[in-house]
Amino acid sequence: MGLQAYLILAAVIFSIGLFGVITRRNTVGILLGVELMLNAVNINLVAFSRFNADVSGMVLTVFAICITVAEISIGLALVILLFRTRRTALADHIDWLKG
Amino acid sequence: MSAGPDILALTALLLPAAVFLLLAIVAPLRRSGRPAALISILGAFAALVAAILAWRGFHGMTEPLRCLWTWLPADQGPLATVGVLVDEKSTLMLLLVTLVALLVQVYSLGYLSDEPKPALGRYYLYQSLFAFSMLGLVLAPNFVQLFICWELVGLCSYLLIGFWYQKPSAARAAVKAFWTTKLGDVGLLIGIVLLWRHTGTFDFGELQTMATGGQIATAGLGVMTFCIYLGAMGKSAQFPLHIWLPDAMEGPTPVSALIHAATMVTAGVYLLTRTAFLFALTPDVLQIVAWVGAFTALMAAVLACVQSDIKRVLAFSTVSQLGYMMTAIGAGFASAGFFHLLTHGVFKALLFLGAGAVIHAVGSNDLSHMGGLAKRMPQTAIVFIIGTLSLAGVPLFAGFLSKEEILGSVWAGGLVVPFVMLAVAAFLTAFYMFRVVILAFYGPSENPRSEHSAPSASSGSALQSHGPAHDAPAVMTLPLWVLALLAMTIGVYFTWHRELPIDAAHAELASPAWLTPLAVGLGLGGILLAWLTYQRRAISADALASAFGPVRAAALRGFWVDDVFMVGYRFGVLAFARVVGWTDRYLVDGLVNVVSAWTVMAGERLRQVQTGRVQDYVFGVAVGVLVVLWWLGGTL
Repeated sequence: MGLQAYLILAAVIFSIGLFGVITRRNTVGILLGVELMLNAVNINLVAFSRFNADVSGMVLTVFAICITVAEISIGLALVILLFRTRRTALADHIDWLKG
Repeated sequence: MSAGPDILALTALLLPAAVFLLLAIVAPLRRSGRPAALISILGAFAALVAAILAWRGFHGMTEPLRCLWTWLPADQGPLATVGVLVDEKSTLMLLLVTLVALLVQVYSLGYLSDEPKPALGRYYLYQSLFAFSMLGLVLAPNFVQLFICWELVGLCSYLLIGFWYQKPSAARAAVKAFWTTKLGDVGLLIGIVLLWRHTGTFDFGELQTMATGGQIATAGLGVMTFCIYLGAMGKSAQFPLHIWLPDAMEGPTPVSALIHAATMVTAGVYLLTRTAFLFALTPDVLQIVAWVGAFTALMAAVLACVQSDIKRVLAFSTVSQLGYMMTAIGAGFASAGFFHLLTHGVFKALLFLGAGAVIHAVGSNDLSHMGGLAKRMPQTAIVFIIGTLSLAGVPLFAGFLSKEEILGSVWAGGLVVPFVMLAVAAFLTAFYMFRVVILAFYGPSENPRSEHSAPSASSGSALQSHGPAHDAPAVMTLPLWVLALLAMTIGVYFTWHRELPIDAAHAELASPAWLTPLAVGLGLGGILLAWLTYQRRAISADALASAFGPVRAAALRGFWVDDVFMVGYRFGVLAFARVVGWTDRYLVDGLVNVVSAWTVMAGERLRQVQTGRVQDYVFGVAVGVLVVLWWLGGTL
């Protein structure tokens, strides 16, 4: 399989993630979408690293996965706090910034 | 005394200013009333002493003295200066202003003794400001300082006419005086600026040098002198801007004596005297000055004959006499007008203060409330008659020579019709003044209050009656006597020395031999007619009135000048204001409102974009990135 197949896979996963972020009502679902988008990027990094015979892309991916874990834990903590204060976890109920 | 006349004049100018600042800043002093008054009187007295010394010191000098400071600096020398210009005219005016100001301030101490303390302090505050502004006006070395002081005296006039501001008529009169004179002042300002553009200087001395050297182009100069004359017309109450002066009598009587008889109203005459060299270049404007002056003199004299309010008689008399002075200036003999200004200042202040004493005693301005006062107020009667004889132009009294000089100069100027108008006015002057004298001081007493104490509401005046009418306290009679003696001294001196105190070049004026008998005859004729009518009742006053029926009816309405102004105001100013108001409200404001409404509407629409939902924003970002990619893809 060539590089193109990996890039197409990554693009598809990214689009699925973006679609999820935009359309999911549940905030946890949105976070899942964000995860998908991040991992699509990781796939890109690994694929380029593999095909260009350069390790730095893989190293960067390991970093990205670590940071993603930290980020998602903060995101989930926010969701829990949100649920405690607002008794809801639905994104379209959270519109305090409405102009 | 080592100080020169210029320093003395400066002292006289700055003393009232210092008093004004002191009273204005130290509020407790001002509100204490009498102490404030005494400080102000002290300042006025010191100013008078300085003025006398300046006058004596200048005596015999021919070149004017200057004491100047740069005010508006410019590359080619200062654009405007402030300071004092001391010459014959300004020292004489200085003397007149400080003298009358001092006497009026002393007199007011008695006249306004019933005022509350803060009001008294306020009165003396205004008086000091007025003295400073008027002295600044007469000593002004250029047009700029003159104009500033000109406006300041107008302001003081407004403040003092409206001294009893709780009284609606006084407040209205103050506003009317301010507006009417302002109408002329606009002309004065335009004239000054035009003249500056024409000649490049504001300074009287430089202008005179240029004028005598023939360096001022006469083309277009007439417009400028006419504009300057407009200012004088407003201030000196010339037809048709005379309407404010009779109403100005709403102020306290000492104010009328100082501002509306002796000093401020003569500022216009003084201005034309000061700039006579310019007017000499524009004979057409001088003709206007003379004709308007003569008409004013005659018209005001007729109006004075039908007034029943003693102060309004004197007010119209002042208008009439100002017309006299203006006619002499218009005839080209400014010094004759200026001489009459000085003598008139003395005896008209005397008449006003005398009338004030009468009003103070009777508690009313109305002549029909007076009568038989000569027995009760002998001192007032004597000084009032001295003033009246001066005004009537009887020999040995102050107005004799000055009035005759004016008639002579108008005749010499070849103005026959104005001469006749002035002659008739002279006859009427003697008549209406003796009408006042006889109605007030002789004849039957028609006011119960002049007989015995009968306290009742005083008619339109804030004065209280103090029991039966009697001579005023010494603080009021003393100024009267000083002025009366001065009027006598001037009269006797100038009846003897038949020459003007200023401008010896005037001496060549050879008045015809019949002039003196004519002037005296007119005065005595008027006195005789008044005596026959009101004292002996040989001529019925009613018959006299019906003989001049239409004139009398018109005069009672002030020849409709006020009504013409009213119509002009209503259909001119108000209609214009309405058009402007409509334009502003519906066109200018409409445009602004439409723009603002659109802005608000656009904002209402745009705020819908801000849903507050994160997902919408993410969607926006994604679409934005796609658009950017698509756009970049097009160029790559």
